[in-house]
Formats: sequence, C-alpha cells, structure tokens
Amino acid sequence: MREMRFDVLVVGGGAAGMAAACEVRDAGYTVVIVERENVLGGILLQCIHNGFGLTEFREELTGPEYAERFIDATTTGIEVLTDSTVVEIENANGEKTAYCYSGKTGVTVVRARAVVLAMGCRERNRGNVRIPGTRPAGVLTAGLAQRLVNIDGLIPGRDVVIVGSGDIGLIMARRMTWAGCTVHAVIEIQPYPSGLTRNIVQCLNDFKIPLYLSHIVSRIDGHDRVTRVDVTPVESGSPNYDKTFAISCDTVLLSVGLVPENELSKEAGVEIDPTTNGPIVDARLMTSVDGIFAAGNVLHVHDLVDYVSEEARRAGAYVVKYLRQEYPARQLRVKPGANVRYVRPGKCDPSTENRFYMRPLVVKNDATVVVRLDSTEVKRIKRPHIQPSEMITFRVNEGDLRESAIRDDSVLEVGIE
Amino acid sequence: MNDFDIAIVGAGVTGASVARTLSRYGLDVVLLEKECDVSLGTSKANSGIIHAGFHHDRKYLKTRLEVDGNVMFDRLRKELDFPFKRCGILVVAMKDEDMKYLSTLFEQGRENGAVGLEMCSRERTIELEPKIHPDVVGSLYAPAGGIIEPYRFVFALVESARKNGVELMTNFALQRAERTGEKWRLEAGDGRSVSASYVVNAAGLYADDVSRMFGAEEFSIRPRKGEYYLLDRMTKACPSRVLFPVPTQISKGMLVIPTVEGTVLIGPTAEDVDDKADVSTSVDQLDRIFEAARRMVPSVSENDVITSFSGLRPALDDGDFFLKVSEVVPGLVHAAGIQSPGLTAAPAIGEYVKDLLKEAGCTMIEKQRFDPNLQRLPRIRDLSAADVDSLATEDPRYAEIVCRCERVSEAEIREAIRRGHATLDGLKYFTRAGMGRCQGGFCTYRILKTIMDETGCTATEVRKRGAASAIITRQL
Repeated sequence: MREMRFDVLVVGGGAAGMAAACEVRDAGYTVVIVERENVLGGILLQCIHNGFGLTEFREELTGPEYAERFIDATTTGIEVLTDSTVVEIENANGEKTAYCYSGKTGVTVVRARAVVLAMGCRERNRGNVRIPGTRPAGVLTAGLAQRLVNIDGLIPGRDVVIVGSGDIGLIMARRMTWAGCTVHAVIEIQPYPSGLTRNIVQCLNDFKIPLYLSHIVSRIDGHDRVTRVDVTPVESGSPNYDKTFAISCDTVLLSVGLVPENELSKEAGVEIDPTTNGPIVDARLMTSVDGIFAAGNVLHVHDLVDYVSEEARRAGAYVVKYLRQEYPARQLRVKPGANVRYVRPGKCDPSTENRFYMRPLVVKNDATVVVRLDSTEVKRIKRPHIQPSEMITFRVNEGDLRESAIRDDSVLEVGIE
Repeated sequence: MNDFDIAIVGAGVTGASVARTLSRYGLDVVLLEKECDVSLGTSKANSGIIHAGFHHDRKYLKTRLEVDGNVMFDRLRKELDFPFKRCGILVVAMKDEDMKYLSTLFEQGRENGAVGLEMCSRERTIELEPKIHPDVVGSLYAPAGGIIEPYRFVFALVESARKNGVELMTNFALQRAERTGEKWRLEAGDGRSVSASYVVNAAGLYADDVSRMFGAEEFSIRPRKGEYYLLDRMTKACPSRVLFPVPTQISKGMLVIPTVEGTVLIGPTAEDVDDKADVSTSVDQLDRIFEAARRMVPSVSENDVITSFSGLRPALDDGDFFLKVSEVVPGLVHAAGIQSPGLTAAPAIGEYVKDLLKEAGCTMIEKQRFDPNLQRLPRIRDLSAADVDSLATEDPRYAEIVCRCERVSEAEIREAIRRGHATLDGLKYFTRAGMGRCQGGFCTYRILKTIMDETGCTATEVRKRGAASAIITRQL
C-alpha cells in the first residue's frame, strides 16, 4: 500500500472541500483532497443552471463556472487524489489515518494531523419517505436524473411527475421540459413550497407546470416501468384518500430532501446531531473528535453554495489555528429559541467574530432575529420575510457581547419574533 | 439440441435446489425461468431465515423436510460460499400466558428432532439478546436457526448446477405443454421450445397454472402477501438473533431479523391477495410492522428505513407442501405450495424430488466428475485494505468503488455481468450494489456505464428487470 503524509486531509472535492483546502494551503501547510470522481467540483458540475456565486463572486454563474473558479485556485500547492474513495478514517494517538481506494492506484494510506469532512449530502429516497406501491423502473431521485441528463446526456423518461418541491426538483422540472419531456405535476406535502421562491417562478410558473401544495403521492403503479401515480390531498394534517386522483406518467422524480453523508464520520467516532444529521461541532467547526472538522452540506444542508464556500473557508482557517495550537479560551453554548429549528455552530467563541446559519420553523413577514445572552438581549436583526426553506445567516462578534456579562456557563439563545 | 431428460419449470429456490441435486447424475437437465434472472419471485422477497424445526407439527411433510434441510446448510455453505450464519432464533414471550405456548413449541420441536432447544428465563433471554424489550417474560431459544441471503443462495445453487451441466434458459415464460410420444414439449411465449421426458413443476405462485397447462391435478395457489421494511446497518436496533413473537394462526408473526449483511429486516405481514403479480406495499400494513417490531425491540426507528418491499407466499389450502408424482398425467412431478419453511427445506426438497423422479421411472446414474464446489469470488467489503491492495495489483478494478454504501467494486460488478446478471436488479441481488442507504442514487449511472461497457449494449437497452423496464428512454 502506498503511504502519504500531510498536515491536513480533506475528504471530498466539492465546493466545501476545495474552499477549506485553499485556506489551509494559503497558511503554508500541506494538504490533500481525496475525491471519488475523476475531477474536482462535486455536485456543482451537474448543476448547469445559473444562480450560483451572487454572494461569493457578486455575479451570476452556472455550477460548473462556480466550480471552475475554485478548481483553478487549487492547481498549485494542493495534492489532489481523484478517482479515490475514502473507505475508513482511523484516529489513534492524535494521528488520523485514512484508507483511500482507487482503481488507478490501489490502496493509499493517508496520514494527517487534522481532517476536514466535506463529503456533502445525499438525496432522501423513496424508502425514506415511504411511498407505497410497486417498484418499477422509472422512479429515481431528482439529482440522479440531473446527473444522467446533464453529464451523460441520458433522458430517463417522457412523462414526469415530481415528488417534493425542493430546489433540485424544481430545477429538474424545467430541465426535463427543455429535454422534451412533459412534466405533469409537482407534488408537495407541505402547504408551502420547500424550494427557493425564485425557482418556483422560473422553473414552474414560467412553464405552466402545476404545483400541488398539501398533496402527497400515495401510490406508485406499474409492473416493468411506472404507469401512473395516485395523488391524495392532505386535509387538516392527514391524507383524504376519498379525494385521490391518478396521473399517468412513466417517470417519478423524488426531490424530498437531503441528508448529510456521515457514515464515514460515525465510523470515525464523530457524534451526530439528530436535528441536522450532521456532526455536532463547536465554534471552530471541530467535531467531537479532536482534530476532525466538518463544513458544508456534510455538516448541515445549505441552500446556497456560496454559504458552503464561506463556511468551509472558515473551517480551513480554524484548522490552521488548530495546527498552530491556538485554541479558544472558552466557548459558550448556543441554543435555538422560539421559532428556530437549529443554529449552527452550536458554540460561540466570545473573543472573536462568529458566523451562524439557522433555519426557522415558521413562515413570517417582518420577522426579527433576537440574540440573547442569558436572557439579556444583545442583538436584533430585522428580516422582511422568513420561511423554513430559506436559511438565515448572521454574525455575533466580540463587540456584541459585554465581557463582564459572560460567565463560563453562559448561554446564547437565538429566537425569532 | 433442445431435447432433455428433465425440464424444471421455475428457477426459484425450489427449482434451483432440484437442478443442483440432479446435476450429480448423468442426465440432461434444463432449468426454465420466465424472468430475466433467477430468484426474482418469492425466493427474493422473504425473511431469509433458516428455521429450526419447532414451528410446525411433524404430521406435515414440510416439517420433516425443514428439519432435514436445516442440517444440510453447513455443508452447502462450504461448497457454494453464500452468506449464511447460524445466529439462533428466539421466540419471545411478552406475557406470562405466552410461556405456556412456548413450552408447546419446545415439546413439538423436540419431537420433530430439532437440536439444542432451550426454554429461557427473562434473565437468560436478556443475556442472549440485550436489545429485547425490558418487559420480556421469557423465550424459547433455538441455536440451530439462522439467517441467509436467499437470492445469493439461489444464485449459487444455479451456478453450481450449470457448472455441472444443467442448462438455464431465462425469459422462458411457459405457454403450452404438449405430449408428443414419450415426451413433453414445452413452448414459451416467444416461440422457443424444449422437450423433456420428465418435468418438475416448481413454478411457485404459478404452479397451479402450470399444472393446468399439463392437464394435470387441479389445485389453487393462494398468494399471501408479506410486507417488509429494510433498516440501515447503522441502526441501533440490530439484534444478534432472529426474534419471533408468539405465533398466530395464520403466520409466524412479525419478526425482527438481523440480516447476514448487517442490515435489519422487520416484517412480514400476512394478507391474502388475488393478484399473483401484486407485490405492492401499502401504508396501513407498513405501519403495523413498526408497531409489532417495537413490541420486541423498542429502538426500532422509522428514521432507519432504507426501503420497503413485499413478497407473496405461494400457499395451498392445507398449508403443506405438495410434492408428488402426478396421478393424472405421465412424467410430471409437482413441487408446489412451497411457502415457509421452503427456503430451509429447499436442500431436502431437492433430494425428495429426485426420489419422486426415480419413482416416476427416471433412471439416475451418478456422474464420475461432479464438482460440488464453486470458486470463491472476492468481495472487497469483507477484506482488509491490504488484501484489497494486493487484489488490485491483479485487477485494479477491485479498488474502484462503484457502490459506496455497500462497498462494491467495479471488478465485482463486471464479474457478475459476465455470469449473466446484466440487469440492475440482477446485479443488485448478486453484488448488493444499489441495495444500501442511497438506493442507487449515487451508483446507478456507474452501474449503467459498466453494463454498457461490459456487454456492448446502449444505455436505452439496459433494463431494471423485465423487458419493458428500461431505465433510459432516450439519448441526447
């Protein structure tokens, strides 16, 4: 087995992995990215639509263009192992050992002082949302369909029904229409869409694709290939099967949520948060295992890749501090308050600037994010409109927190009013 | 060319086991299967349990064959290398009155010849299965019970049979059986035909239809559906033994099963249905499964669900196997009504059917050169990194991961395709690629490409299973 040694190992060469690796390299440390595919870029490469980079680059890019800017930035000073899958990470005596399998180079053992988990997320599938019926060909996740159409030029059907109004599903409604398919409906269980508003407008309304809110697909039918789905309205919280109607189709695309890919993390001993399905991290984005950090969709699912890049760059910077043995003097617990599903990270370093991402539980106009230190209000941020599908980001820095008010067991609570 | 001594209709576990048994003799045997691959019917979708011989009365033929079949698995595993583990079975009592029933089962098992049965106290039960519900009262422990990957068992039986000369014809949907002279002429829907002196009816759910085609005995197979949930290997609810509740009149109840590959199966339900092709799942049945499973293992969680599926038991009214030489037409042997414990009994059914064929007049002479062993195929998820590395020096594709969830390499996929498993479902059952938590979300395109590369077909020619199950309808 080939052996290699680096200061930092980054698992995954998507948006998060590339941003974290650049940060580590810029600080003068050696770093390797291990990527399963034959090129860097991750899922961005199949996202050929635009809308990326508005925050990061102040311009509107396609996924591949966004990826390319980062790929260009990784060409020097970063070792990249493509076509390589990390199958296991061991942690012993402060040293991390990763086993990387590759059809090109066999097994490579990578040893590192720190690891950044940047494996991204996977799509929830039919089993996860328990759609009954038969199991014919033609049922696939929207992301797989996107990959097949955009990268391989393979069209997986003609008459399409999309389950779930997540962003990938909406984008694929438009993409399949452009590919000559008929998209008969998008079915969403919630009374509101789960994707971004701009995608509802640009991908459904512009193409007159009907969106059924408060509806479920209650059955998939077909022997060899899908022939139809049953659609049932949800009324006061439960399906009303008397009002079920059928839609003929040969393809069902599922866009029913994303789950951080943490099997590797769990096997390495990293503790997982049941709310986000991502690792529990402190203010430095370090997991429960010393020296293992996490950023991007492996930590929690983000709406925008720009946020992923930002978070991962921060993770890279914290890794550098970790290597320099600069540890925070103290960290305060951060907890979700009223109307908040989660806030990440779950710790705050009161001596520096902290950037948080949070998801609300409610749809609300003229909302205010209120940050309290032990029930004393320290910050208010106004938002014209919030909804669960749109992430909120804000900062808390040392100036916001009065040193004298901070105790070791102080808690920062973030709520929405 | 298409003239055989024996034709077996149906390549499920029964037909496969009969084929493998017959491959020891100097006979020309053909195994006919209507699907594109073997084991895609009832043999695919069941609990995968090797039963321990206590569930049924000895008056049933199925009970005697279950006990005989159980002990044959250790040797078969050595010869054929399929996943099998004698992890033991616990029938758990949650109420005091259940214990009485367990003693009945215990006595019944002893009379049947089941080995190692033990009546367990609450403490002993918890020691044997720490994940059990704390309200457990006691249990019956059957250490000879086990778990198996049923389709892998069938694949291995068929492969061994073929290695020893049996011919397999897939996509052969029997349409007509005709007596011509001393032989049966069997015709498929696509016009192909074979002739054979003897025919074994191992058609599972369709055994009654097949019998009718021959003008033989009238009986009717009543499909009884069983629905299951498959849970991720990361689940905290994985028991170390198969857990049965106290059985009811119509079924053995809903179980919690640790699969050989580390995932967990919960189910099955038992519901009579009319349609033999109806392997759909339903909401209310699936809800019942969770409720029942949690009564035994409280940590069973909806969050761990990977997929759900259902299978159909090919049940006869009297509940027993129907293994018999036809009294109505010549040269036909029935192997019908093979529901639970059919998987366990399969090796013994093979022997039993062989004897029935002898009784029907078939001469059997053992071959000089029967090779019982199959070559072991490397599966990288069972190997250390160093072993994978050395395998990769011979074929680098052993280090190319295609299915990350189940850790399946490209070399394994190519080997499976070369062995005739060239559909997505066939490959899934042979290699486990696509069977894990992402259910093919990440690996489907890689598998597509590998099939195309290995067989030379185009993307639109790749199938999930049946003829009309194209994955890709058009290429840009």
